[in-house]
Amino acid sequence: MTVLQKKAANPIGHLSPEDIEEIGRRLDEIRAEVIASRGARDAAYIRKVISVQRKLELGSRAVLLLSIFPPAWLIGTAGLSVAKILDNMEIGHNILHGQWDWMRDPKIHSTTYEWDHASPAEQWKHAHNDLHHTFTNVVGKDNDLGYGIMRVDEDQRWYPLYLAQPFWNFVNALFFEYGIAAYDLELGKNLATKERRQDPAFKARAKQVLKKIRGQMTKDYVVHPLLSGPSVLHTLAANAVANMIRNVWSHSVIMCGHFPEGVETFEKKSIDGETRGEWYLRQMLGSANISGGRAMHIMTGNLSYQIEHHLFPDLPSNRYQEIAPKVRAIFDEYNLRYTTGPLPKQVASAWAKVFRLSLPNDFAAKLRLGRPVGPGRAGLPAT
Amino acid sequence: MTTFASDPRARTTFRSRLRDRAWQVAAAATHPRDPADYLDMFRPLRAGADLRARVVEVRPENSNAVTVVLRPGNAWRGHRPGQYVRIGLEVDGVRLWRSYSLTSAPGDGLITITAKAVPDGVVSAHLAQELRPGQLVHLDQAVGDFVLPDPAPAKILFVTGGSGITPVMGMLRAGLGRFEDAVLVHSEANADAVLFGDELRDYAAAGHLRLVEQHTDTQGRLDVAALADVVPDLAERETWACGPAGLLDALEEQWSGVLHTERFRTPLVEPGEGGSVTFSATGTTVELDGATPILDAGEQNGVLMPSGCRMGICFSCVLPLRSGAVRDLRTGEVTTAAPGDGVLVQTCISAAAGACDIDC
Ligand SMILES: Cc1cc2nc3c(=O)[nH]c(=O)nc-3n(C[C@H](O)[C@H](O)[C@H](O)COP(=O)(O)OP(=O)(O)OC[C@H]3O[C@@H](n4cnc5c(N)ncnc54)[C@H](O)[C@@H]3O)c2cc1C
Ligand code: FES
Repeated sequence: MTVLQKKAANPIGHLSPEDIEEIGRRLDEIRAEVIASRGARDAAYIRKVISVQRKLELGSRAVLLLSIFPPAWLIGTAGLSVAKILDNMEIGHNILHGQWDWMRDPKIHSTTYEWDHASPAEQWKHAHNDLHHTFTNVVGKDNDLGYGIMRVDEDQRWYPLYLAQPFWNFVNALFFEYGIAAYDLELGKNLATKERRQDPAFKARAKQVLKKIRGQMTKDYVVHPLLSGPSVLHTLAANAVANMIRNVWSHSVIMCGHFPEGVETFEKKSIDGETRGEWYLRQMLGSANISGGRAMHIMTGNLSYQIEHHLFPDLPSNRYQEIAPKVRAIFDEYNLRYTTGPLPKQVASAWAKVFRLSLPNDFAAKLRLGRPVGPGRAGLPAT
Repeated sequence: MTTFASDPRARTTFRSRLRDRAWQVAAAATHPRDPADYLDMFRPLRAGADLRARVVEVRPENSNAVTVVLRPGNAWRGHRPGQYVRIGLEVDGVRLWRSYSLTSAPGDGLITITAKAVPDGVVSAHLAQELRPGQLVHLDQAVGDFVLPDPAPAKILFVTGGSGITPVMGMLRAGLGRFEDAVLVHSEANADAVLFGDELRDYAAAGHLRLVEQHTDTQGRLDVAALADVVPDLAERETWACGPAGLLDALEEQWSGVLHTERFRTPLVEPGEGGSVTFSATGTTVELDGATPILDAGEQNGVLMPSGCRMGICFSCVLPLRSGAVRDLRTGEVTTAAPGDGVLVQTCISAAAGACDIDC
């Protein structure tokens, strides 16, 4: 089925086609249970998060009016960073997935929500929901996997350019929202030829992105600084820092979702004629969770339950935590590897992979940067 | 400068320009969100906000109906007696909209509606059991043509059944003193079940109107053909009627005078075959039987559908049919779109007639 089969220990070699369809059936059941029980409690949850986010944002912006005073700067910047993270992760990302469409509230709906982010919601939804979630971890199809600029799998050919990929990854982390806007626009592909550059559809989308970025910049780097009077430069710096903290945070969380050791990648042709069960299986093996407390889950937009999210992208995020034990039981029963770990460990693991893949395979092996064999895989029969 | 300041017109345009400017700055500061989203958290009832109302009181009217007293936000433009209002409530986290006739006289800043429990009714049950004073509900402006002209005709007949008394109650409460000669024929299971029974009987006792009660438990259904027996001068009376479909259908068939009717439900014909409906803008496809309105199906699948009366009168729900065919649930008539076409169909009373594509 996948690149997996070429690996020393095929993590799904022990599953029969019937097993795979049974896994699919059981996951469908979990999904149906959640859908049947969505209700007032869930609606109250997202409304509460939105209300906290708005108040925190207003409060932090107000404190930053006095950002010339260092304590105000620190508190305001911290608050604004958290507010921006909440807006992008638990609120924006999840609303744009349609997780809350069932409430029929036009203000909390995937077709109307716009987020505090450089990429217009409309374009992000296409790139993320239609492409990334459909082609999860399929090398060459899933732009989230290395964003088209990095080597993400041993099977990809090495070029000297990849030596710089740790640096690119770091720059991408700092300016992540613009990186996302760029690959939602498929900038690399669309700037490549004159014909593509002049395509009216591309030009219209590019205009839309520039307009969004102008609005974002005006807010953070003109209006709020000017409103702060004597604190003008301090507020400007505070907003820039808050944006960067948000960028680095979301970049880290997203790297943890598909990049740590233990997460599998797939070949393009492996998904031809994929069944529902096989699709589920790819999501199961292509995602990794982050362990932690409640605050951590909210701050990651519950992408700490990346596995559950990828199985059921449109279920309300507050439910991932609840279904995680049931999902994990299926992994255990079928002897599959449920990749999870605390944030620092997963971030380190993802970065280690970025470094390792920046080198040619044989060179990395010599440096003993070789792909570690995970505990889940060790128990599986080799094919 | 003095002339400028003393000219009230110049002053208001100056003020409104200043306000527009301030709003523009606020919008730049809250980009990409609307400043209203933040204001709504603190002042949801202010003028300029989406219309909402605060629940002031929920009181049982009888064992089967509740009256809800609401204080609408400052954007409320008032109503004419007999009109109805759409109310949006969160039931199990889902926003549902229903229409209710206004039972209060216009004026004092409060409005009331009265809802009768419908078997398995989601919203009527919520109003009776879950709604609490202090909660906010969503509201639309009052609409409807089921109103009296001003001045009212000298001779009026009201024919109502069950909860159909509600719009007429609004008219009576607003205009009692001004009616020269009004007759109300009201049909209900028995005397106890009559909504606003005591108030109506008091009006009758005070000579404001002539009340004819038809208790169907003992007297059987109201026979429209025999109405002339109780109201001999029928033909001279302009008539307003609201109640069950059977009553209204009979009136519409047999009436010779001027008749106004208000329906709470749409009479439907036998449904046909269904089909798969694609909401193309959202990218959702659902399999539908021939009886489910496309509006309901879209909503159940998370599509943000425009809606209004939900019974084929207001045209708030129209959407372009891009391809395929839909059947009008009231008449059975089929509307077909040529591919690429955009014929507008009312989704609240249209069902799929084969595969079709709705632009939403
Ligand atoms: C212009 C207008 C004015 C209205 N004014 C009033 C009013 O003043 N007071 C009032 O109580 N209602 C009024 N209604 C009806 C109201 O809008 C709702 O339809 C009603 O409260 C039932 O809603 P529900 O959510 O409880 O029932 P639903 O959950 O929508 O329906 C449950 C079941 O009951 C059936 N049903 C739906 N409506 C009715 C009904 N009216 N009678 C019997 N069965 C029904 C449905 O077909 C379904 O099978 C008005 C409707 C309109 C269009
Ligand atoms: S909602 Fe009023 S016509 Fe359809």
